[in-house]
Amino acid sequence: MLRTVSALLLAILASTSLPILAQTVEERGLEIVKEVDRRDLGWDNQESDLTMQLRNQHGDSSTRIIRTKTLEVTGDGDKSLTIFDQPRDLKGTAFLTFSHAVTPDDQWLFLPALKRVKRISSKNKSGPFMGSEFAYEDMSSFEVDKYSYTYLKDETLDGMDCFVVESDPIDKYSGYTRLVSWFDKAEYRVQKIDYYDRKNSLLKTLRFKDYQLYLGKYWRSHKMDMVNHQNGKSTTLESSNIRFRTGLNDTDFNKNSLKRAK
Amino acid sequence: MFSYRVKGLTQLGLTALLLAPTWTNAEPWQISGYADLEWRYFDESPLDNRQQDSFFATGTEIELYKEFNQGRDNLTITPFARVGQHDSERNHIDFREANWLHIAEDWEVRAGLGKVFWGVTESQHLVDIINQTDTLEGADGEDKLGQPMINLTLSRDWGDVSVFWLPYFRERTFAGPQGRLRSHPKIDNNYARYQSGAEEMHQDFALRWSHTLGDLDVAVSHFHGTSREPTLIATTDNSGNAIFAPLYEQIDQTGLELSLVQGDWLWKLESIHRSGQGDSYSAVVGGFEYTLVGIADSAMDLGFLMEYHYDDRKRTATTPLQDDVFLGLRLTLNDAESTEFLAGVIMDNGSSGMISFMEASTRVGDNIKVSLEARRYHNLPSYDPLSALEQDDHILLNVAWYF
Repeated sequence: MLRTVSALLLAILASTSLPILAQTVEERGLEIVKEVDRRDLGWDNQESDLTMQLRNQHGDSSTRIIRTKTLEVTGDGDKSLTIFDQPRDLKGTAFLTFSHAVTPDDQWLFLPALKRVKRISSKNKSGPFMGSEFAYEDMSSFEVDKYSYTYLKDETLDGMDCFVVESDPIDKYSGYTRLVSWFDKAEYRVQKIDYYDRKNSLLKTLRFKDYQLYLGKYWRSHKMDMVNHQNGKSTTLESSNIRFRTGLNDTDFNKNSLKRAK
Repeated sequence: MFSYRVKGLTQLGLTALLLAPTWTNAEPWQISGYADLEWRYFDESPLDNRQQDSFFATGTEIELYKEFNQGRDNLTITPFARVGQHDSERNHIDFREANWLHIAEDWEVRAGLGKVFWGVTESQHLVDIINQTDTLEGADGEDKLGQPMINLTLSRDWGDVSVFWLPYFRERTFAGPQGRLRSHPKIDNNYARYQSGAEEMHQDFALRWSHTLGDLDVAVSHFHGTSREPTLIATTDNSGNAIFAPLYEQIDQTGLELSLVQGDWLWKLESIHRSGQGDSYSAVVGGFEYTLVGIADSAMDLGFLMEYHYDDRKRTATTPLQDDVFLGLRLTLNDAESTEFLAGVIMDNGSSGMISFMEASTRVGDNIKVSLEARRYHNLPSYDPLSALEQDDHILLNVAWYF
């Protein structure tokens, strides 16, 4: 008798929108982001070439060329190796990063002129990456635990149905009070992020363009446009030559491999 | 006999052919480097009237790099040349690197002329010993001559172990009579002496273990062989002029390096124990680097550096840093031009001796880097090995084109 009533109740609940209504906006936000994260699991390792165009309000521009190698680490942040090719005076300079969700990343810098490997503090990553409008924290690996989430609304962006979610950084050294992100409902890809500074005013907007599908499962944006609303500068980050599962493993991400990164 | 030799050659050729497919899988040569123009100006009259005040120089370093076998093998060749005004000793050519590196899953081997840096501190590199210093290239001792080596590195869960066989020794470079930043009297390499009868052919060895334990990076090393730092012997040359003759002794040096990151703080310590060069001694340098990110709501970072130096030989130490404090300020603009300023002082406890310096650099356009450096030597006491530089305050302007 009891079992029948329970079954009936479940049937009623399932047929109505009650479960969604019972969900808080925080739970809904987390659910969306977890789905974004889940869809990007299992790629193992990846290499790509990046070109950054830095532009200021006078129209002057300069170029950065970087190569990255990334190893997916389950249960922790990814490991990555970033090598500079341009500007030429920084050629061969490289970063090794073991990113973590909550604790600061472990990071080492290689200075090619001295052949020196230097441990660096990565607690505060709010500073600009290579003079660009991307902060170090914008470039670091995405981990669900880095933020708390609030679902805000559904909205159409460039004809795409999107979820709009606010992410509040857990790290008190973050340069942001909050990020507002647009994820398309079709593929759960991030399409746009608004960054709010420590005074909670809109600082930057990042747009993700030219998504392409790899290995039938992983979407990668080939062009990211970051516009700083406060200083009028902008940076375009273009990715090319994206390769997955190139045979990288743990031994390609240590101080020794950093020393011979070229 | 002849046929035997032909057979040997054929075998060699066949072996080469068998190996050849693995070597034909080569990437193109990557070429990079710089060419620079520099001007050093000394605003005080020299201790020796043969020394000049103004020095123009030009130099270049080119790195040629080529990968084979999907990056498992590579060649690096880095010629360097400097031509300068007045001091002919400064005209020199070197191969900073010319080596082959083979990389396997958990080991690698490098053979040829190589460059290796050990250490964590900023104001002195105590532990660093593999390469000879090229003192003609910079006042900070960070320019090095290529060192012949065979270096095997093993990567294990418990750390990296690096073993070095250093089959040939290279003498330190020193400024000539007209040059600035030199001892009085000058050091004459023609009178270099060795403790070992094998002289520069003495076979040197070194070993280093390094590991990361969370926020701590640790390394322990040992070097056995010819000291890179000579003991200076006051003597006369064949014409009866007073000179210093460098004496290269056989030493054993054990080194320790620690670096610990704690939030915005970076703690550093280097220590050595050396025997074979006078009485055995120990020296230590330790301190911190603390960085304020985004000062005054800007993109700029301001770093504070402090290091303390101690050498238990005290006043008889052959280095100037026997009981000294280094204080530094580093301002990084984080702009598109990578503009940086570094200012520092090294103060001798127990005297009013002080060295101060300022370095600034920025990028002009995409490929030109301009740097300016100033160094001052104040009230150096006569027992200080750097007292000869008392009149050598200078500025250095360098414009380098990178390719």
